[in-house]
Amino acid sequence: MLAIYVILDGYDFGAGIVHLFFAKKEKDKKAITNAIGPFWDANEVWLIASGGVLFFAFPTLYASSFSGFYLPLIMILWLLIFRAIGLELRGQIHNRLWETVWDKAFGIASFLLALFFGIAFGNVVRGVNLGMVENGISAHEAHYFFLPLWNPTFSPTAEHLGIIDWFTILLGLVGVVTLTIHGANWIIYKTNSDLNNQLRTVIFRLNFVLLALVILSLVVWHVIAPRPFHNFIETPWLWIFPLLTLIGLFGLFLIKTFKKDGVGFIFSSLFILGGFASTAASIFPKLLPSTNSVNPSLTVYNVAADEYGLSVGINWFIIAVILLIAYIFIQYRVFKGKMDDIGYGEH
Amino acid sequence: MEDMLFYDRMQFAFTITFHYLFPQLTMGLSLIIVYFKWKFLRTRIDHYNDAAKFWMRIFALNFAMGVVTGIPMEFQFGTNWAKFSELTGGIIGQTLAMEGMFSFFLESSFLGLFLFGEKLLGHKLHFVTGFLVFLGSWASGYLIIATHSWMQHPVGYEILSNGKFVLTNFGALFSNPWLLPSYLHNQLASLVTASFVMASIGAFYILNNKHSSFGKLFVKTGVIFGLVSSVLVAFPTGDWAAKNVVEHQPVTFAAMEGLFETQDGGSEIVLIGQPNVVDKKLDNKIAVPNILSFLTYKKWDAKVKGLNEFEPENYPTNIPGLYYAYHIMVGLGTLFIGIMAVGAFQLWRKKLYATKWILWSLLFLLPFPYIANTTGWYTAELGRQPWLVYNLLRTSEGISPTVSSGNTLFTLLGFIGLYLLLGMLFLILVGKIINKGPVTAEA
Ligand code: HDD
Ligand code: HEM
Ligand code: HEM
Repeated sequence: MLAIYVILDGYDFGAGIVHLFFAKKEKDKKAITNAIGPFWDANEVWLIASGGVLFFAFPTLYASSFSGFYLPLIMILWLLIFRAIGLELRGQIHNRLWETVWDKAFGIASFLLALFFGIAFGNVVRGVNLGMVENGISAHEAHYFFLPLWNPTFSPTAEHLGIIDWFTILLGLVGVVTLTIHGANWIIYKTNSDLNNQLRTVIFRLNFVLLALVILSLVVWHVIAPRPFHNFIETPWLWIFPLLTLIGLFGLFLIKTFKKDGVGFIFSSLFILGGFASTAASIFPKLLPSTNSVNPSLTVYNVAADEYGLSVGINWFIIAVILLIAYIFIQYRVFKGKMDDIGYGEH
Repeated sequence: MEDMLFYDRMQFAFTITFHYLFPQLTMGLSLIIVYFKWKFLRTRIDHYNDAAKFWMRIFALNFAMGVVTGIPMEFQFGTNWAKFSELTGGIIGQTLAMEGMFSFFLESSFLGLFLFGEKLLGHKLHFVTGFLVFLGSWASGYLIIATHSWMQHPVGYEILSNGKFVLTNFGALFSNPWLLPSYLHNQLASLVTASFVMASIGAFYILNNKHSSFGKLFVKTGVIFGLVSSVLVAFPTGDWAAKNVVEHQPVTFAAMEGLFETQDGGSEIVLIGQPNVVDKKLDNKIAVPNILSFLTYKKWDAKVKGLNEFEPENYPTNIPGLYYAYHIMVGLGTLFIGIMAVGAFQLWRKKLYATKWILWSLLFLLPFPYIANTTGWYTAELGRQPWLVYNLLRTSEGISPTVSSGNTLFTLLGFIGLYLLLGMLFLILVGKIINKGPVTAEA
């Protein structure tokens, strides 16, 4: 069981990371669309496939969280649609107004998505009112809930929680900053645009902001969630994950000294990977904490599908992953190097 | 509660109907593009490669639409049908996750290579990437139909005391008797769509006297593929699908055929008539005796059960809708065979490109395969009602318990607005591609 969990979740991180390739501000437009054009669709599949795998491995979690986070999820869908069409359509008609509109759609949708993903992350860390308990009585079955977008107090400790409160907003900002840095690294790696030097400076500066935000959110987290370091004390090898995060973070301060363009990207990936892994390690075995004392948190153990299903699942899953690695290898071989001139979207 | 169910269903129906407009072309067209690439490899005539390139542009746009409208489909299982997902996720989650892991990755990885890699890859490898895209899209169809077949005819499961369905036999999901007929029927139907689209655009070029050499190729290819697929979609696969329904969902079949009473000595087939659910009869009926019995059981006097033999609470919830959907599909299927047969006959006599009325018909038939496909799905889905998982889980038991009807109405309206915009943009851009036309290699 544990092994399955690690594999599935490890892969979910991958989904998160690859997905993040996109979210970035739009400046050197052509170069950027070229740098992500041939990849976005395949990358978006990571999101779909993660959804599918979540569905089959943890059906209860899927049902509970997707209906509970109904509104933000549907809005994420709309944003994804806008972003995709922005990217695909801007090159189709050569008209200033047309291009500007779609550039904006693409940029704004990307920004909001990064924010929303950070907020979603914050919601999971903070937990939700499972069963919608009121005065000690569950209004629904123990694993169902529904969150409004916000409650008037914006407080993460209020009895009636909302999706957006100042804690989740904080993590939303972490999301935006992280992904901006990450996206910038990808552009440096994939293009020769004039932007690259400027981007290095941006990354360098944003990294201070990121450091500050991370420290701040850790402090707050400590106040909101009880004993976040508990698992690390029990199982010391888990410290490797926060360590990776730190390496990623501090490595980025050296951005201006890197000789090879891809190095920065590796560091930001490390930061994201480490961040996800550390969070998971910290809340394990919980997947969605409960903020009330009546209903238990959703954990790896109480939401997983049955044994038989998981055991056949793991077989085809491994085959699929091997195939997938092959595809990625081929894809990146063919499109290796800088992609300034590929002419994406100019059919 | 009633409202909630209604809006959830409307939202699902609206978004899936819109989604399916795109994959049907993707799946059919990918096969024809692979055919063009193959012709080119064999003959090295650039005409075929140019044709493939032209259709790839339409394909790419269509595919992107399929992707963006497909993601909401998957999300909706969790957002709107949470109870259903929780109870059956261990089973339908398998096939849905496999779809993502096997087919979507395959499709999307190689689509990028197929669209942008021709120069880098060389012709042979380029053909291979095209083939893999085709394989991916057909595998995706297979896995989604496997999911759907399980809902129509559940197999390989066990129900626990807490109501959860658990999988007991993985293989059974794929040897489900419902699956193969359904899959073949559906894939051929998507080939019908692609053939008609191809023939229609070809006819447009010929009638317009623009790009006529391509126009002829498209019409010819469309008519040949169209004739073969239209025939196969009706017989044997459509017939086969109908037998499935008779065997496993007899009450659905009675409603599809508008058969209120069991008839002794063989059932008549209804060609035209309006079901009148209140008086339990068909108004203005035109029918041919004994044909239905023959088609169903190959015996002129076989007994086909009418609705009177079943409990009203298990009747499909929308009998007229089901009846019309089915008759529209079958009627259009017959029409398609007719027009394609005449087209092929004229092609054989080498007169097709000059036969104006056929070209005009082909041009205007463009939307009809889409209608046939949509009504086909309505037949399947309305026929399954009032069940979500046939005979085991009612539709009303599958919705999300905590999402209120106001929220669903809000998102439904949002989807309608967004999709109208998407549809308009799509049409504008496809129009632009068609207007520009295929480009020859030298140019
Ligand atoms: C171009 C489209 C098209 C055409 C011309 C036809 N069909 Fe069809 N039909 C479909 C497209 C389709 C579909 C969209 O592909 C469906 C929906 C579900 C499925 O598996 O295939 C379907 C379903 C479907 C079902 C319901 C199966 C179920 O309940 O799951 C039956 C009984 C038939 N078909 C029978 C026929 C017959 C006897 C036809 C004779 C002409 C025919 N169809 C033409
Ligand atoms: C494998 C694919 C599919 C699955 C798993 C699926 C599943 C579902 C589910 C869960 C519902 C909601 C319950 C209900 O009201 O029946 C539904 C309804 C519906 N689906 Fe499907 N569906 C699939 C394919 C399609 C396609 C391709 C179409 C049409 C193009 C379609 C058309 C509909 C319609 C019209 C309804 C509403 C039925 C009603 O309101 O009574 N479905 N389907
Ligand atoms: C409820 C049912 C459905 C769900 C959840 C669903 C989900 C999806 C998703 C997530 C995508 C995007 C994949 C990508 O990024 O490449 C997609 C595309 C696709 N879907 Fe669906 N889908 C449904 C119904 C159907 C049906 C009934 C068929 C055909 C039989 C179908 C065939 C395809 C194909 C071939 C694609 C590839 C993209 C395209 O063709 O435009 N889907 N679907």
